[in-house]
Amino acid sequence: KEMTVREALNSALDEEMSADPKVFLMGEEVGEYQGAYKISKGLLEKYGPERVLDTPITEAGFTGIGIGAAYYGLRPVVEFMTFNFSMQAIDHIINSAAKSNYMSAGQLSVPMVFRGPNGAAAGVGAQHSQCYASWYASCPGLKVLSPYSSEDARGLLKAAIRDPDPVVFLENELLYGESFPVSAEALDSSFTLPIGKAKIEREGKHVTITAFSKMVGYALKAADILSKEGISAEVINLRSIRPLDRNTINASVRKTNRLVTVEEGFPQHGVGAEICTSVIEESFEYLDAPVERIAGADVPMPYAANLERMAVPQIEDIVRAAKRACYRSVPMAAAA
Amino acid sequence: DEVLTIETSVPFTSHKCEPPSRSVQTTPKELMGFFQDMALMRRMEIAADSLYKAKLIRGFCHLYDGQEAVAVGMEAAITRKDCIITAYRDHCIYLGRGGTLVESFAELMGRTGGCSKGKGGSMHFYKKENGFYGGHGIVGAQIPLGCGLAFGQKYTKDETVTFTLYGDGAANQGQLFEALNIAALWDLPAILVCENNHYGMGTAEWRAAKSPAYYKRGDYVPGLKVDGMDVLAVKQACLFAKEHALKNGPIILEMDTYRYHGHSMSDPGSTYRTRDEISGVRQERDPLERVRKLILGNDIATVAELKDIEKQAKKEVDEAIAKAKESPMPDPSGLFSDVYVKGYGTEAFGADRKEVKSVLP
Repeated sequence: KEMTVREALNSALDEEMSADPKVFLMGEEVGEYQGAYKISKGLLEKYGPERVLDTPITEAGFTGIGIGAAYYGLRPVVEFMTFNFSMQAIDHIINSAAKSNYMSAGQLSVPMVFRGPNGAAAGVGAQHSQCYASWYASCPGLKVLSPYSSEDARGLLKAAIRDPDPVVFLENELLYGESFPVSAEALDSSFTLPIGKAKIEREGKHVTITAFSKMVGYALKAADILSKEGISAEVINLRSIRPLDRNTINASVRKTNRLVTVEEGFPQHGVGAEICTSVIEESFEYLDAPVERIAGADVPMPYAANLERMAVPQIEDIVRAAKRACYRSVPMAAAA
Repeated sequence: DEVLTIETSVPFTSHKCEPPSRSVQTTPKELMGFFQDMALMRRMEIAADSLYKAKLIRGFCHLYDGQEAVAVGMEAAITRKDCIITAYRDHCIYLGRGGTLVESFAELMGRTGGCSKGKGGSMHFYKKENGFYGGHGIVGAQIPLGCGLAFGQKYTKDETVTFTLYGDGAANQGQLFEALNIAALWDLPAILVCENNHYGMGTAEWRAAKSPAYYKRGDYVPGLKVDGMDVLAVKQACLFAKEHALKNGPIILEMDTYRYHGHSMSDPGSTYRTRDEISGVRQERDPLERVRKLILGNDIATVAELKDIEKQAKKEVDEAIAKAKESPMPDPSGLFSDVYVKGYGTEAFGADRKEVKSVLP
């Protein structure tokens, strides 16, 4: 059976709301409008306005209210129309949600999910196109998940809602409409995926490529191209940015001896930087080539289509970097 | 117990509501309890001041002396099923919610016997089982959090309310208005208590607020201005507010109060206000002295008996400090505890990850 990521997220929300009356959804346009991206379609009708709450456009206010409700023992799912707007509420996510269990020595847990589309969309300019994975993943107390496929979306969102800690759940607008095959197991209402575990999407021998969210699809396409040239790439879908599955990454690198990290976010202090550090700390002697990093360009997102394309990783960037790691390409003579 | 009816010091001033009566009912027992509780809080904060100066308390330390009537009067009107959340000036709120002196001092000194096992510090006291949700360090952030607690109370149909305390400084935060708007839209049983001590750190209220009439600043939300130095007025206002909030949604209580200490221990508290102003409040409006006069005026106890209560408070505080000092510093393994409720066996690292690491349970 095939299912879109949108349907996967919608069914995950529906099942968890049905299973636990403490789960509720709040955010801008989640109710009567059926969700800005229709993720919450039908939920207002099914669960009523007490559990599907349209908020005003006031992120700091409604995020704080969501966290307070979690202190009280409810299990809120707070939707950000996009994660760009979560910047209005980042103080609450970091200071009120992530740190409370620690500061209170376990008295004040925060069982909730912050979710919404993250990363670059298409043609929406700098303020609506940014990946916040490394921002949130740098903060202890938070868990940060980022699904790629429909199975990921269902399994990870259901796990996030059941988790007793605050989870930042980073979706991607451009994946919502994509269809993926889903197993019968993944369609079962008891299905969840483990938090903190990466998935090897494709096994390979010569080079490891790590990616999350939309970039997993790009990495898989790059692996197809590479295989035609005799390079067998192993693609790791991180799924969980925090906790980061260092074991799976290092085990793969110890096998392939080469690593390319891929992400849409800015390169500096990014997810790739942390993965690179982990591999240097744990598997330095296994590396046969310098670690390669593919990331968003180090600029705010431009609007013009040609510039925008240059600002986000493309499949050919991943292919090129993987070849470089395998010493199969001539180094570029000069910068473009 | 005999019932006494006592007039509040000044009338309530109201915004978009009929104010409650100035005549407050109390009993000799309640008044004695007020005196005892406030004397204990006063002594606790004075002792914290000394401990800080002796370098046994680190970092920030915000003292509550002068404002005791707010904590004590509020508790007299509500139950432990109602919630309270406040900012960093939280020691006495914690005590009022049934926290202990030993756990307070142990927390202040960063000991494992503290109410947050030494990991929270002065600004992060909690007592969730009695409805106290902290202890928050970011000015104004506790206001939406408190409205969220009220959301939880309404969602679970508990018929209880949340008192969200904030200062006159926080009253200008944008998120107050965001949260209040939602609280009013959704009829949340949220009571916003502005403890107006007239200075946001060193900034006088009129320098920070175009309108310092904080009880009116909810616009469409009713408000009440209360003499926050009069414990009976506070009790009356909180009874009124709880009833209002359960029926009609949010309400603002502006408590006109005063802190004797500076903003925190690094502030002598005398550069932006005069010593005459401080001593004037102490002489004319002190919340403890007001109750003392009521007790003596109604022949409930003698001067000597009240002195004994104060001596007893000092003794309790001294004993608690001695006991707190015996509590050890947290075990180094405590560095990694409670980062998560469920850590999934994640590795967490110390400064040198090859040297110090832990697996989070």
